[in-house]
Amino acid sequence: MSDAAIPTPARPAPITLVGPIAWVRNNLFSGWISGLISLVLLFLIVKWALGFIEWGVINAVWSVPNNQTQACRDLRGTGACWAVITEKHRFILFGTYPYEEQWRAFLSILIFSGLFIVSAMRSFWRKELALVWIGALTAIGVLMWGGVLGLNYVPQERWGGLVITLILATFGLAFAFPLSILVALGRRSRLPAIKALCVIYVELIRGVPLISLLFMASVMFPLFLPEGMNIDKLLRAQIAIILFAGAYLAEVVRGGLQTLPRGQYEAADALGLSYWKKTGFIVLPQALRLVIPPLVNTFIGFFKDTSLVLIIGIFDLLTAGKTAIIEPAWQGFGIEVYLTVGFIYFCFCFAMSRYSQNLEAELNRHRVR
Amino acid sequence: MSNTMEAVASAARADAPPAIMLDKVNKWYGAMHVLRDVSLNVALGERLVVCGPSGSGKSTLIRCINRLETHQEGSIKVDGIELSDDLRALDAIRREVGMVFQSFNLFPHLTILENCTLAPIWVRHMPKAEAEALAMQYLERVKIPEQAKKYPGQLSGGQQQRVAIARALCMKPKIMLFDEPTSALDPEMIKEVLEVMVSLAETGMTMVCVTHEMGFARQVADRVVFMDRGEIVEQGPPGEIFENPRTDRLKLFLSQILRGH
Ligand SMILES: Nc1ncnc2c1ncn2[C@@H]1O[C@H](COP(=O)(O)OP(=O)(O)O)[C@@H](O)[C@H]1O
Ligand SMILES: [Mg+2]
Repeated sequence: MSDAAIPTPARPAPITLVGPIAWVRNNLFSGWISGLISLVLLFLIVKWALGFIEWGVINAVWSVPNNQTQACRDLRGTGACWAVITEKHRFILFGTYPYEEQWRAFLSILIFSGLFIVSAMRSFWRKELALVWIGALTAIGVLMWGGVLGLNYVPQERWGGLVITLILATFGLAFAFPLSILVALGRRSRLPAIKALCVIYVELIRGVPLISLLFMASVMFPLFLPEGMNIDKLLRAQIAIILFAGAYLAEVVRGGLQTLPRGQYEAADALGLSYWKKTGFIVLPQALRLVIPPLVNTFIGFFKDTSLVLIIGIFDLLTAGKTAIIEPAWQGFGIEVYLTVGFIYFCFCFAMSRYSQNLEAELNRHRVR
Repeated sequence: MSNTMEAVASAARADAPPAIMLDKVNKWYGAMHVLRDVSLNVALGERLVVCGPSGSGKSTLIRCINRLETHQEGSIKVDGIELSDDLRALDAIRREVGMVFQSFNLFPHLTILENCTLAPIWVRHMPKAEAEALAMQYLERVKIPEQAKKYPGQLSGGQQQRVAIARALCMKPKIMLFDEPTSALDPEMIKEVLEVMVSLAETGMTMVCVTHEMGFARQVADRVVFMDRGEIVEQGPPGEIFENPRTDRLKLFLSQILRGH
């Protein structure tokens, strides 16, 4: 082998280009002004974090005996009263569900979480997943209602807390999403009746606030029903949420459909694919993956909007938190409760957001050269 | 003149029944009359090249043949089936007629192999393994079997168009339609696509190609049809059409594309 054939070995890049030191230099201290701003911000962050640790950990009271909140009140705001969470966490999570039966509501929350995790994994994306969903949702229904398998019957009025939020959000989006796809496709239909129906639905529902829909569902809807027939309040709220979310999601999906070039439809037609096969294999897979960010944005919005059911007296997570501090002994500890409730909402929403970013990257791999 | 047309058509494949029959077809886009009394028979195994200035209705004509566009007057029969609103007739025709577009129109979210197997599996109900074997066979014929696992976006234009041809062939069509398959390609890629089309022509496939590639037309076409402003102005064997144009419109067109090349 001649000398010229020996390639010059690659050397690691100088320390000023890579590594954490280089990152800090390039991003935080690239000049006088940016360095100054970085220092000020750093100071504020550290000060705030130390303050929070002092309030939330060092000075905090974690539990009090028999609702005697004097220890908390003596803090005068210099420390957190986490005792309110220790005391009320079951109420926040399960509402007024009977105490001895709360393991059933807890199990339901676990099943929901398991369902989300399984559904998020692409290796489980097969037809059997639909059966898993049906099985899981049935199991949750049996657990929550009871009345069979030796479980005591628990009326729906006593359900509450996180379970209600998860039920409203999961059933809501599980039905609203397919509905929205049908409506979005219907809006592009060549049949005028179907098109008109879909346009009217979307415009009507989008034109009113969710609150008024919920009021209608709880107050007006029963007026139209025959005497003696009564649909569960939760179910009515659920339907209102599904209809509302469906209209918004339909517009997002329609946006995706519009980005698809006409050639894709023509190529599918020319190959002889039927309308539904064309839609299922060519149109939706491309349209939906383009709108993952706005879809998830809407999902997250609706997850939080389920809290509006409080106005028709349904006991969701936020209402449960609010109710927990009505009791005189615990009045004044709203910050701790709302921080906790907010943290629970944040966990779910942040998980959705991160997951959607991964999904987007993975599903749009074909766009990368 | 109509006598010579008939003579030419029958000379191509005298014994075979026509694969495509157009009889006084008229089409309008809104108020614009884009096909005017177009009558044309394409024999089984015939290779027809359609040329004409831009906007003369060539795309509309071949898109009517597989009913991507509907015509308003006259009749079109493909493989003996009358094109109408009947959905079963439509299904049958789409299975028999393959189409290749100017802009490839591959499905970007599917791999090359999936592009080729989708329709055989879901329209022809072929088992997956069989469809994949068939697809590989056609990908080899268009000389890109090694790209099967890639996505369309990773391929050059010429490669994509060859995949599009393979995809159409996987449906085992009796008739292939090409709408300016090389117009969107860089010059160095035109050749590889034309080679594939020539080899396809050698298999005896019935082909209708809209193209301005005169070399290709001379090499494989049994007949060249010249369209202008929605009507067929002149037709005949490539030598006759290119060497002895009779109408001024064709002479003008030929001088223009010769200047362009
Ligand atoms: N979808 C359409 N809607 C309205 N007019 C169209 C449409 N497609 C084509 N046209 C018009 O019809 C005429 C013929 O078009 P086309 O068949 O595409 O011509 P060519 O393929 O020969 O260039 C042109 O004037 C074109 O503008
Ligand atoms: Mg054209």
